[in-house]
Amino acid sequence: MKTFSVSKAFTALVLAGLVLLPLYSSLSGNIFILTLFTRIVILALAAASLNLIMGYGGMMSFGHAAYLGVGGYAVGILAQEGVGSGFIQFPVALAASAIYALVIGALSLRTRGVYFIMITLAFAQMAYYVASGLARYGGDDGLTVYKRSDFSGLINLSNRTQFYYLCLACLFGVVLLIWRIGNSRFGLVVQGLRSNEQRMQAIGFPAKRYQLVCFVISGTMCGLAGALLANNTDFVSPAVMYWTRSGDLMVMVILGGMGTLFGPVMGAVVFLVLEELLSQITEYWALIMGPLLLLIVLFGRGGIMGLLGRFDRG
Amino acid sequence: MAEPLLRVEKLVRRFGGITATDHVSLDVAAGELHAIIGPNGAGKTTLISQLTGHLSPHAGSVSLGGLDITYLPAYRRCALGLARSFQITSLLLDFTAADNVALAAQAHAGTSFRFFANARKETGLRDAARAALDRVGLLHRADVEVSKISHGERRELELAVALASKPKILLLDEPMAGLGVTESQRMVKLLQELRKEVSIVLVEHDMEAVFALADRISVLVYGRVIASGDPAAIRQNDEVKRAYLGDQHVVTRHG
Repeated sequence: MKTFSVSKAFTALVLAGLVLLPLYSSLSGNIFILTLFTRIVILALAAASLNLIMGYGGMMSFGHAAYLGVGGYAVGILAQEGVGSGFIQFPVALAASAIYALVIGALSLRTRGVYFIMITLAFAQMAYYVASGLARYGGDDGLTVYKRSDFSGLINLSNRTQFYYLCLACLFGVVLLIWRIGNSRFGLVVQGLRSNEQRMQAIGFPAKRYQLVCFVISGTMCGLAGALLANNTDFVSPAVMYWTRSGDLMVMVILGGMGTLFGPVMGAVVFLVLEELLSQITEYWALIMGPLLLLIVLFGRGGIMGLLGRFDRG
Repeated sequence: MAEPLLRVEKLVRRFGGITATDHVSLDVAAGELHAIIGPNGAGKTTLISQLTGHLSPHAGSVSLGGLDITYLPAYRRCALGLARSFQITSLLLDFTAADNVALAAQAHAGTSFRFFANARKETGLRDAARAALDRVGLLHRADVEVSKISHGERRELELAVALASKPKILLLDEPMAGLGVTESQRMVKLLQELRKEVSIVLVEHDMEAVFALADRISVLVYGRVIASGDPAAIRQNDEVKRAYLGDQHVVTRHG
């Protein structure tokens, strides 16, 4: 096994950058960059969770942003109803996302391919319209979270640096978990199903059961991202579940490299930083962003991680 | 007579107006190698698919060791000891040869709902995989990705995967398909060894191989079994000669 490689070095560099960012922010007095990167870290977590079903499991879910909403609304609604404790809010957010994933997964996994994409999209849009109809919780206008989740002195989410590190710890935790899952018995079965479902059935694996469990794990992880996102913006609205947001997550995963451990993190960082920089130059930033993404995907098969991998092979 | 290991009774499967499997009955005794032959379109693969559970029959029954498995899904049948190889090689192409076999072993060694321990470091599974690979002569290719090994090697790997599930009965759907002469001979030799350990249902076009290996041969034509018996009897059977080989052929090599 090779000890040094360009992709590993680059990944380490980005991760180190993420860890040291608050230091830079406080030294330079640039608060904005910390705010931006808190958002990036949270969406990287969502992209990593999507990668678990999309990259490892071969399940192209086009409705992953729905979990951002489920997790976010769990926090928002509880806060509105006077339950401010994070020790209740976060478990509820995770459980709600898991249950939502279980129901959606059980129904969606009856289909394959394009139909699976369409049905996950349809369910997410349903969630979007349900949230829009929640008159008590702001409806279309969304719901303001007046107080961030309270972890009774353990950690203060209103402190920018503490909150950033909480998000980063969650991201690292999830990536670590996905790494372990990827090499586990369960992970090999799920990846085998992506590769050849008929073969896996023939050697004795009930496909759907494994795919459903994978779907639920992924949804729960994304629910965590949703709960963090609601705290980050102090606000949750149906817009977080809109299908373009699901598309953004998919782009992050594909851009970074599907089925690679750190690909979604890279994808999220590059995608959102580009979005930020380009939108400062021109309001037509999407005109530049689109072709740029196309180029990376076309010429770097396997996304950014694939591109970096080329250096290693020389 | 003891209960046969695999018993198929009056199996019927239609596709629209075509009866692809027409009241097929056959049985396989423990330790037997039962070959199924027939011209293209005779319904051999349709029959195999019903035995493995990839296709449901419209009538009739399939039982394994006295247990009715007619409507069990494929993965349950596999758990009961029925393994198959595919006519068109069906493997996990982006996995190594060893991974392919180890997954088959894993399916039969406890639960796969384990999320943390590295499955590639489970010595039990790896040893089982290496043993099965060694059995088919592929041990030297264990760590090569399947997409990079030859067609002949993939056919052998199919066999290793089937073996790793420790089956009572092996359903082999044209294991020689697309093999060259020497590769075919290697495969025949391998099957001759394997048949000592496990019952085999062999669907094959290679007549030389079939007559060299089979204890019993059933001849399928238009979905019906027109003859069943030992190789010598089949060779002599006039109906078989007419229906399967045409009048002008003799039973020697095919294709």
